[in-house]
Amino acid sequence: MTPKIIPLVVSTAPPTQANRPHRPNSPPDDQVEALYEVQAKVYPRAVTGWFANWRWFFVFATQLVYYGTPWLMWNDRQAVLFDLTARKFYIFGIVFWPQDFIYLTVLLLISAFSLFLFTAVAGRLWCGYTCPQTVYTEMFLWIERKIEGDRAKRMKLDKSPLSADKVSRKALKHAAWIALSLWTGFTLVAYFVPVRELFSQALTFAVAPWETFWIFFYGAATYGNAGWLREQVCKYMCPYARFQGAMFDRDTIEITYDYTRGEPRGSRSKSADYKAKGLGDCVDCNICVQVCPTGIDIRQGQQYECIGCGACIDGCNQVMDKMNYPRGLIRYSTANALEKQAEWSEIIRRVFRPRVLIYTALLWVIIIATAITLWNRAPIKANVIRDRNILAREGAGEQIENVYRLQIMNTQEKPQRFTVSARGIDGIQVYDLRQPLEIGSAASHMFTISLRVNSDAAPKGISRIEFDITAVDKDGRVAPSEFSLNEKSSFYKP
Amino acid sequence: MTDHLTTFWHWYVASISIVSILACALLLWTQTTNRLPKDTKAELHGHVWDEDLAEYNNPLPNWWRWLFYITIIFSVVYLIIYPGLGGFAGIAGWTSTGEYKEEVKQADREFGPIFAKYVAIDIATLSKDPEAVAAGQRLFLNYCSQCHGSDAGGGKGFPNLRDKDWLYGGDPDTIVATLVNGRNGVMPALGEAIGGDQGIKEMVQYVRSLSGLKHDATLAAAAAPKFAVCAACHGADSKGNRQLGAPNLTDDVWLYGSGAEEIAYTIKNGRGMNTLVEGQNAMPAQSEKLGAAKIHLLTAYVYSLGGGEPPVAVSAAESNPVQASTSANNAPAAAAPAKLTGQ
Repeated sequence: MTPKIIPLVVSTAPPTQANRPHRPNSPPDDQVEALYEVQAKVYPRAVTGWFANWRWFFVFATQLVYYGTPWLMWNDRQAVLFDLTARKFYIFGIVFWPQDFIYLTVLLLISAFSLFLFTAVAGRLWCGYTCPQTVYTEMFLWIERKIEGDRAKRMKLDKSPLSADKVSRKALKHAAWIALSLWTGFTLVAYFVPVRELFSQALTFAVAPWETFWIFFYGAATYGNAGWLREQVCKYMCPYARFQGAMFDRDTIEITYDYTRGEPRGSRSKSADYKAKGLGDCVDCNICVQVCPTGIDIRQGQQYECIGCGACIDGCNQVMDKMNYPRGLIRYSTANALEKQAEWSEIIRRVFRPRVLIYTALLWVIIIATAITLWNRAPIKANVIRDRNILAREGAGEQIENVYRLQIMNTQEKPQRFTVSARGIDGIQVYDLRQPLEIGSAASHMFTISLRVNSDAAPKGISRIEFDITAVDKDGRVAPSEFSLNEKSSFYKP
Repeated sequence: MTDHLTTFWHWYVASISIVSILACALLLWTQTTNRLPKDTKAELHGHVWDEDLAEYNNPLPNWWRWLFYITIIFSVVYLIIYPGLGGFAGIAGWTSTGEYKEEVKQADREFGPIFAKYVAIDIATLSKDPEAVAAGQRLFLNYCSQCHGSDAGGGKGFPNLRDKDWLYGGDPDTIVATLVNGRNGVMPALGEAIGGDQGIKEMVQYVRSLSGLKHDATLAAAAAPKFAVCAACHGADSKGNRQLGAPNLTDDVWLYGSGAEEIAYTIKNGRGMNTLVEGQNAMPAQSEKLGAAKIHLLTAYVYSLGGGEPPVAVSAAESNPVQASTSANNAPAAAAPAKLTGQ
């Protein structure tokens, strides 16, 4: 049997009912405007199976992290807290200051490169299993299923006229959705405001204005996105779907329909010799279409709406089992492998292609560089500003003096002592500063400091000098952690 | 805009604005009369590009039309409420000066009580309060450090506020008076009076000897009898005169430097004779800019630096009318400087 190639729909004539791809649940052509297709509601059918289990695992894992993390404590404070008003960002033992924003950039870089990497290898893993849109839609759909029933029942309920049953079911569903949305919004704000405080405020309706706004805003966004928009976000709003075309290649592992095996499709009895009738494995049950959360037909090939959730695989495998056909009519494979009918070993071999290897290398370089800088991060920051209006002045004993403002930031969560010294000119001395300087936990302090030099020791004009700021312990000796910092500055002799 | 308009420009701006808005409205009105009945297809314009690319003469979308109308209505309402039509001030009477005044009032409401709390405490006690001193330091860094240095150690021509040497007095009331009224110390040019260049050379060595610095003893001895000219202001014992702001010449504290060139310049040209040219020897009056409360805090800060002198009885401060009249600017609060403190 010669393989039938499913053509891409390339036609300059406007689509008519006859040559339009089969789109379930869409209104007929004469009611449609050319540019925007009115989307009918998608009723995904419930599905169980290997991939469904994996999806639910990720729902639990991601949501445990999301809802649970704000409640964790670390040394008498919340473990993960982004304190915007104090401008300190706590992640377990590390405190990030605004000066550390470079790490956020690095985090975004790492996220981007890992995204490119695993998309090139295995397609839209993020979308189907871990994206909040998918996860929350699944949670909301689960609630809907529990309250309104399975697919057939839900469609019937929507078509039915208003009744006490319909109103109560809908009301209960939306109440449950709103409760979950508000809890989600509350949890988001709990990353910025200590959660226990926020919780007791919420109980007494005493939450501050901005926090209230964000709880409701994020709650509304969750409710709108997961309850109403659902697949519209994936299909119209999310850019991932659109640049999928650039990130996939013919060796990307994606969800495919083995058209060689399945076509021509058609229903037949279980015991019939379908091959003799000239039929493929596909029984045209449309279950793959019914379970799809975005409402597409995977049998038409890779399309941007497919979020890679694997529900169609589970659905089809169940039917294959019932018909005693081998599983895998819809399965994870690559475009090349499908064409060549290749084995998994060939697919795995093709994973290690130049594109993937380059992404991997870049990713590792960035991760290792970040790890090293984080490891070596000195928990102090310092800035020096030389007094410019008093360029230089005469000190006692005919010495030349320059004045500086030294800002030292102690980013550790315990008080720290520092000594300050200077070098760069013979005999340069720090004058009139009570040392060691003490700075409280996660605090910053400004000290005025002057440096003195014998007038014959320094050349005229600007000399480059350096301040050495060293952490010392209680006895004034250099601390075991031995971290120090030097800040460059200059000294002026008129 | 409203301050500098002549009648012509007022009408020019206003008329152009009004005519433009009316013209937009008219344009919109006349160009949107083309309505298509429901379910008819629009005609083609007639231009064809690239063999088959044509354009329908579709009416403007309703949402677009209505947004445009809304902007026209908005602009009319806006120009009635706010200034914009030339010199018309708008019925809300909004001005940026008014906004500023409101912000100042708001700041006073917010910070007034904090300042009031500090003003009620006397300077000597306040200088021991770490929070007040910290606040004073922040004010100092903002307002005073440009001349006196970040550490209040002064510079050439700007006194060191940390030491015990005071030109006019270091008790709290005098410091407040200095801040309120400002100071303009004047040393006349006395080069001619002590014998020209040679006399100046000798006097420089003598002055250095008074502070115990290295000097040429012969030249110093020659200048000693001529010191009577200087003693009129600096005192027979050379310890200075606080009524005049004449420095103590026997300590090793130098406003302009201890070098021979600087001392010679001072004697030959004087100091503070022409503050506009030199820019030195002039401490500006701060009462109008800072106000009594900030001056109180600043005094407490300066006092806390360690060189301050104990407060004197009120009568002694008031018996120095010369202080009040030597200020360069006659600030309104110059009348009774002692009364600004809480004593």
